[in-house]
Amino acid sequence: MIHKYQLGGLYIILDVNSGGVHVVDKLTYDLLDYVKPPFENNCPEEILEKLQENYSIQELQDCYQELKSLYEQKILFSNDEYEKFAKFATSAPVKAMCLHIAHDCNLRCQYCFASTGDFGTGRKLMPVEIGKKAIDFLLEKSENREQLELDFFGGEPLMNFDVVKQVVLYAREQEKKYNKHFRFTITTNGMLLNDENINFINQEMSNVVLSIDGRKCVNDKMRPTPNGKGSYDVILPKFKKLVAQRDKNLDYYVRGTFTKYNLDFSDDVFSLYQADFDQISVEPVVADSKYDYAITEEDLPAIFAEYEKLAQRLLEQDRKNQHFNFFHFMIDLNAGPCAIKRLKGCGCGNEYVAITPDGDIYPCHQFVGIEEYKMGNLEDNTFDLDMKEKFAQSHIYNKSKCRDCWAKFYCSGGCNANNYQYQGDILESHELSCELEKKRLECAIMIQAVKMLENQPISESSTAYKHC
Amino acid sequence: MKHIMTINKANLVESAKKGGCGKCQASCQSACKTSCTVANQKCEKEEK
Repeated sequence: MIHKYQLGGLYIILDVNSGGVHVVDKLTYDLLDYVKPPFENNCPEEILEKLQENYSIQELQDCYQELKSLYEQKILFSNDEYEKFAKFATSAPVKAMCLHIAHDCNLRCQYCFASTGDFGTGRKLMPVEIGKKAIDFLLEKSENREQLELDFFGGEPLMNFDVVKQVVLYAREQEKKYNKHFRFTITTNGMLLNDENINFINQEMSNVVLSIDGRKCVNDKMRPTPNGKGSYDVILPKFKKLVAQRDKNLDYYVRGTFTKYNLDFSDDVFSLYQADFDQISVEPVVADSKYDYAITEEDLPAIFAEYEKLAQRLLEQDRKNQHFNFFHFMIDLNAGPCAIKRLKGCGCGNEYVAITPDGDIYPCHQFVGIEEYKMGNLEDNTFDLDMKEKFAQSHIYNKSKCRDCWAKFYCSGGCNANNYQYQGDILESHELSCELEKKRLECAIMIQAVKMLENQPISESSTAYKHC
Repeated sequence: MKHIMTINKANLVESAKKGGCGKCQASCQSACKTSCTVANQKCEKEEK
C-alpha cells in the first residue's frame, strides 16, 4: 500500500508497510496513478498511452525502472508483514498509570471532559492511602518492566499537592526495593502554582503539562474561574516562571485545546511561542456535536488549512533558527518506535490504567465514571483481566477501518476512548478524529522532507525536488 | 535516481525483528491525553 499526496511544494509518496518516504517529481506522481505490482520488464503499453501526451516514452520508461528498483528493494508497494506479531498481542504488564489525585477543580473550563473536575462522581480528593496502594499496584502489576510512568492528573492535582508529595516520596522509597524507576509527570492548570510546588515539580517530574489555550481571549472564553473571570493573567506568569527555572533536559509542554470558536488555532500556537514557550501542543476538543464549540465535519477544510499554515510557520521559524516544537508534528522517520509498538495505540486498559480517588480502576482517564468500563478497585483488590485482554486485543488488525488505512502505523488505531465516546465501540474508529490525524501526519512527514532536502546537496540531474 | 529521492531508512520491517520490548513510554502520558499518536515517540531500548 502507498499513500501519495502533494504538500508544501513537494510530491510525497509514503510506502506504508516499510515506512519508506519518497519525494518524487510530477512524472512519477502521475505514473503512480497507474503502476501497480507485479512489475514487468518495461512499462506496459496501456500506461504509456495514458501519459504520453504529457511525457516522453523514454522518460516514462526510465521512471518505471526507478519504481521497479524500489519495489525490488521492498520500499515501495511492500507487503504488510506484521499481522503475525498482532497474534502475540496478549495481556502485558501494567507500566503506566494516570492517578486522579483530585476530582475537583478550580477552573470551569467549558469543554471539560471531566465534568468540571469530578467526572460526574462527586468532588473529592485522593487520600494518601489510596495513592500508596496505587504505587503498590503498579509495582506489582508491572512484573519485569523497570521503567514506570505515573501522571498526576485531575481535576486539578495541585488542589491535593500534599498527597502528590507523599506519593512521590513513597514511590521513591519503594522503587529502590523493586529495582525499578518511576517517571512522574503532572498535568496542571497552573492556578495554584507557587515557588514551593514549582521547585518540587521541577525536581521530581520528568514532564509537566501546563494547560493554556493560547491567546488570552481564546483562553479566557473557555477556561474561566468559577466566578467567571479569565485565568490567563493568573497562569501565564506562573508557567513562565516554572519553565524558566526548569532543567533544559527535562520535558514540558504548554498544552491547549482548540474548538470551533478558534479554528485559526495556529495563532494560538504562535501566541504561546511568542510568550517564550517552545514545546507546544494544541489539540482538537473532544466533545459531542450537540455543543456549539464541538468540531464537526464542516470544519475540516478550515482545520486542514490551519495545520498547513502552522507547518509553514514552523518551517519559517526553523529557517531563522528560532525553533519550536509542535507535539503533533513530531515524527522521527528513521528511529521512531518499532513496528510492534505501532500495532496498538496508547496501551490503555492493558499497559496503562487510571485510578480514581476512591481507588477505582479504569482503562484510562477518559473512561473514568463510565460504569461498564470500571476494571476493579484497589481497596477490594479486584482487577478485571477479561477486560484487560479485550484492550490488549484492540490492535489495528482488529479495527476494520484501520486495516486498510495508510496511517495505521502512525496513529496505531487511534484513541479507544474517542472511539467509545463517538462510536460506542472501542474498535470502531471515529472518522473525524482519523481525518485530523491523517492531516497532521501529512504535515509532519512533509516538514521532515523539507528539512532534509534543504539540508543536503541535491544532485543536479535530480528532478525529484521540484516545487509543485 | 533522477525522478525519486528516498529520504529515510524505511526500516519498519527491521524494527519489528528487534522490537516489542515494551520499554517505551505509554503514548498518552506525554502531552496529549485526548488523542493518540504513536509515531512521535522514541524507542527506548538500550541496544538497537
